[in-house]
Amino acid sequence: MDTIQMSHSVDAEFIRQVEQESGQNVSLCYQCGNCTAGCPYTEFYDIPVSQIMRGLQAGQRDKLMSCRSIWLCATCESCTTRCPNNIDVARIMDILRHMARKAGKTPEKEVKTFCDAFLDSVRHHGRVFEMGLMTKYMTRTGRFLTDMDLSVKVLPKRKLAMTPHNIVGKKSIAKIFERYNREGGE
Amino acid sequence: MSDTLRFAYYPGCSGQGTSIEYDQSTRAICKALGIELVDIPDWSCCGSTPAHTVDHVLSGALSARNILQAESLQDVRGIITPCPSCLTNLKTASHRMRDAAFKAKVDSLLDKPCRNDLPIMSVLQVIYQELGPEAVKAKVTNPLTGLKVAPYYGCIMNRPPEIMDFDDCENPIAMDRLMEAVGAEVMPFPLKVECCGASYGIAKNEVVTKLSGKLLDIAVDCGAKSMVTACPLCQMNLDMRQDQINRANGSKHSIPIFYYTQLIGLALGMNGSSLMLDKLFVNPSTVIREMKASQAAAAS
Repeated sequence: MDTIQMSHSVDAEFIRQVEQESGQNVSLCYQCGNCTAGCPYTEFYDIPVSQIMRGLQAGQRDKLMSCRSIWLCATCESCTTRCPNNIDVARIMDILRHMARKAGKTPEKEVKTFCDAFLDSVRHHGRVFEMGLMTKYMTRTGRFLTDMDLSVKVLPKRKLAMTPHNIVGKKSIAKIFERYNREGGE
Repeated sequence: MSDTLRFAYYPGCSGQGTSIEYDQSTRAICKALGIELVDIPDWSCCGSTPAHTVDHVLSGALSARNILQAESLQDVRGIITPCPSCLTNLKTASHRMRDAAFKAKVDSLLDKPCRNDLPIMSVLQVIYQELGPEAVKAKVTNPLTGLKVAPYYGCIMNRPPEIMDFDDCENPIAMDRLMEAVGAEVMPFPLKVECCGASYGIAKNEVVTKLSGKLLDIAVDCGAKSMVTACPLCQMNLDMRQDQINRANGSKHSIPIFYYTQLIGLALGMNGSSLMLDKLFVNPSTVIREMKASQAAAAS
């Protein structure tokens, strides 16, 4: 188990920022472990969700910003639903990921690339273009064999459009992204 | 608000692609059940999971644009969608916009502010609450007697309960009751709200093969010969990736994963092709043949 030297490493501004952006009071967590017990992702995490909450109380910015768990949370809402103190834990996981993105920390690059490719598709077409999303993901990650086994099954089903579904108001979607970026987004 | 069951319909992007059979069967049964769907004009993507993992205001705005588009429709009782991911994004955006400061930030990204006064529900909620299982049962012409099915809701149709405000967040029963109403045999399935691995099929495939593999294992252990879902992503993970799951886990599952709308459609007498049963990856014909055989045996 890691030992943390609290006298040097508590970042009170980090705690304040997470609380403000998530609207949650992190000191309410009394470490019952219910979130971790119900989390389907614990086996893939480097830090279980209850320990993320504890690290947050202790202001461990660097440790949490670089952990893999916040990128692997699927927002299944088990933790939020089961927290006896009504802490929206999944929302905190989201906020931590937002902050990690802005800090340029991406220990799970494929996950980030998938999200970015998805949103690029929305920005350009107004709706997700599934084939285009896959192509962009594979090009950006170099993982050209991703789901190759599925292509022989999927293509004959004729479920996937070969061209994007552009909406009439796609400019209004592009504007949402432009305004967001102007106001300090990515 | 109008008394007729007329709703603004949000199909969601996957309804035009990987879950086209869900959209098609949803439209078919809603028509048969007297629910009028008016497509939201020029609807756009809600941003799904990627948007809310990047920023909550951006995610809110992508959903709010659709709420805004729906507000241009006359005499609709609310917005409905078949997809739980779209549903949670629309409902979360609407819920958070009750906070004036959050709404101001969302509105600043939109062409014009939305009213945010339309109720938002899943198609499942409307069928279950506005019509009810008895009304569905009354229209059944082809009961699915002998179909052993495990109902799988996925994680976010009912959670978190403060926002989703429908059914039970740990043990939902809406699909169970509707499946019973159409004559299927509903298996007790304890993993109704466990996560299938969500959108990690592409970026972290081992997450999906492990989590969805567990769902298939337990469903079969519970005696199910098929599963029924209400979520395009859950369905895709369990159905399209079933071979990947088998390879990763050394299992040999071959169980069809239906949408609940397809099964209701079958019970209402619609044919398999109009419900796009041929779009499912695990061929359901064996299960359907067995169901018909057991019906014939019971009748003789």
